[in-house]
Amino acid sequence: MSRAMTGARMVVQALKDQGVDVVFGYPGGAVLPIYDELFQQNDIRHILVRHEQGAVHMAEGYARSTGKPGVVLVTSGPGATNAVTGMVDALMDSIPLVVLSGQVPTFMIGTDGFQEADTVGITRPCTKHNWLVKDTDKLAEVIHQAFHVATSGRPGPVLVDIPKDVQFATGQYKAPREARTDHYQPRVKGDLKAITALVELMEQAERPVLYTGGGVINSGPAASQLLREIADATGFPVTSTLMGLGAYPASGKGWIGMLGMHGLYEANLAMHGCDLMINIGARFDDRITGRLADFSPHSKKAHIDIDPSSINKVIHVDIGIVGDVAHVLEDLLNVWKARGRKVNKPGLANWWGQIEQWKLKKCLTYKNSATIIKPQYALERLEALTKGRKRYVTTEVGQHQMWAAQFLQFDDPNRWMTSGGLGTMGYGLPASIGVQIAHPDALVINVAGEASWLMNMQEMGTAVQFRAPVKQFILNNERLGMVRQWQQLLHGERYSQSWSESLPDFVKLAEAFGCKGIKCSDPKDLDDAILEMLAYDGPVIFDCLVEKHENCFPMIPSGKPHNEMLLGDAATEGAIRADGAVLV
Amino acid sequence: MSALNIKKGSTSHSAYDLRDPNAEIIESHTLAVLVDNEAGVLARVIGLFSGRGYNIDSLTVAEVDHKGHRSRITVVTRGTPAVIEQIKAQLGRLVPVHDVHDLTVEGASVERELALFKVAGTGDKRIEALRLAEIFRANVVDSTLESFVFEITGTPEKIDAFADLMRPLGLVDVARTGVAALSRGI
Repeated sequence: MSRAMTGARMVVQALKDQGVDVVFGYPGGAVLPIYDELFQQNDIRHILVRHEQGAVHMAEGYARSTGKPGVVLVTSGPGATNAVTGMVDALMDSIPLVVLSGQVPTFMIGTDGFQEADTVGITRPCTKHNWLVKDTDKLAEVIHQAFHVATSGRPGPVLVDIPKDVQFATGQYKAPREARTDHYQPRVKGDLKAITALVELMEQAERPVLYTGGGVINSGPAASQLLREIADATGFPVTSTLMGLGAYPASGKGWIGMLGMHGLYEANLAMHGCDLMINIGARFDDRITGRLADFSPHSKKAHIDIDPSSINKVIHVDIGIVGDVAHVLEDLLNVWKARGRKVNKPGLANWWGQIEQWKLKKCLTYKNSATIIKPQYALERLEALTKGRKRYVTTEVGQHQMWAAQFLQFDDPNRWMTSGGLGTMGYGLPASIGVQIAHPDALVINVAGEASWLMNMQEMGTAVQFRAPVKQFILNNERLGMVRQWQQLLHGERYSQSWSESLPDFVKLAEAFGCKGIKCSDPKDLDDAILEMLAYDGPVIFDCLVEKHENCFPMIPSGKPHNEMLLGDAATEGAIRADGAVLV
Repeated sequence: MSALNIKKGSTSHSAYDLRDPNAEIIESHTLAVLVDNEAGVLARVIGLFSGRGYNIDSLTVAEVDHKGHRSRITVVTRGTPAVIEQIKAQLGRLVPVHDVHDLTVEGASVERELALFKVAGTGDKRIEALRLAEIFRANVVDSTLESFVFEITGTPEKIDAFADLMRPLGLVDVARTGVAALSRGI
């Protein structure tokens, strides 16, 4: 089935054929023909953002919470360059996105035309792949390939740059099944020999740990289900990276909490002391490993990853299994069952005894206050008052993000959207809108810091316009909290540029945007204020004034191994000296 | 392994991959990368090397299958065994890359480079240059009364050696193509 139509119509037709129901975008000169086509149809909803970076983060929130690719439409030049941060964010966190950008007409490319930028050149290292389409006949096929590449293998952002004359010209449309995609078919099945070797290690391991990551969530619901089955059947403890929270339920019996720089004491010590580490869809990020030379020194390591370049990139592993998490876990479970469901029971019992000992440290303990809201307390109350609801949480980047990861509990995948790899301040507000657009009836909360939140606050206009009742829960300490914490611990308490001066009145700001503002500064009022936020049918900006100098613990200072963790009650001065660290 | 007296880190003459992936030995590897000859593919490969801090000692590229629009990129790179493995994996996951062959470890291979040398001089120096060119089986592809342009093909080491000899004899300019390589046998 090939039909003649203009390039602009082809774009819309291709999106429909790919099952796209919503596009996040911003019009401009070089995409006017596509906007003209969008105007003349009702199948695809367009969310008009206030800045292109917001569009990309919204698409990320949409993608992360649905498992479907997010679609972005921007104009040439500044439209495309504004989208760059979001694309790198999606690349680092493996989020499938299809970004369509307008370009000056083909005959003007290279002349420094108005709003011309070398978009494919700029975004080449920011995307998984990108295309400049110079021929309308090839446009539909490229868009279908773009969806294929974005969603196959390790997901990621792709960009299709479409010159304006290609949008106007007429060409032959190709349906998705006519598009050639055989050139890119990453392997999903793992090597059975390697899987069997891993099962052999699992049968004997005395101190195993399942170290799970965002790959489990990207692999789909089946992967989370299989992870739960394996963890529960073997009795192995489960920890997760920031990106993997929810793949294994926080209420599950094997759960030992998040690991990493601000991970739980028991999780990091389990990583350090284990004799078998099974990395499932994580990537040994530096926030996870700490000092490489001292990373989990006594363990055999296995790594399941769909991206061959992730294996042995920073940590040398004994068993590398290239494949999709769900496919590999299914085979792993089958082989383990077929070999008689063996585990080292006495070893495991001792191991759990040790882990329970570590848990007694209660590493998340903080000193509460009757007069000032502690950020940890605010999140504990938020957790208690929203538990059991269909809840999605996004975050900005910084201390609040780590506290949210520590104090909020996730029992399902795709409910937690945060900028992990790139650490993009300004991610959370637009991401929450993207999530809300995908799940209109759900409770969507963005746990934010005031500094991050201000970076994309213009998107409140989008939330109000599209009636996305997102709750902006801002832990306002009038500081760049994480920067301040590092300056306190590592830079001699010289607080260079790490405070928020001239902050807006968030309640008035909310009113100016046409939504609701709530301010709370007294712990006694907090529950009522949170309930008021939850009860309001519309977007809310919640200004929660919290303790200004609270530090986020536990903390593994940069360049330290897992067993040199700072705890909340540890001396905070001279943290990089050994006497400030807790040695186990 | 030591009983076999195989030099650690060397595999070019061994059927086994005996290298210690963590060894801090810098090795030179010749990679053949087969790619779709689409716009930007070379920039993608080069950008990967510069973006991730890898070395390129030599790079050649040309379309080798005009019908299928396939190009062959031959790149000579240096790094520790772990870095070399990472380079191959990173190249392999680029969408237009079909195949990555490490000719240095995948059995024997032939490597050739073509170079043009302009040598200016008169008298004995000119005669000596011509005599050495014959020994190196270099062809004269241009000559004036004061100069020759020699065309020479061989391994990069042979071309280096020829350059060293020509330098005192009036070497003016050199153009080198970089390495092209193929595995031996089928």
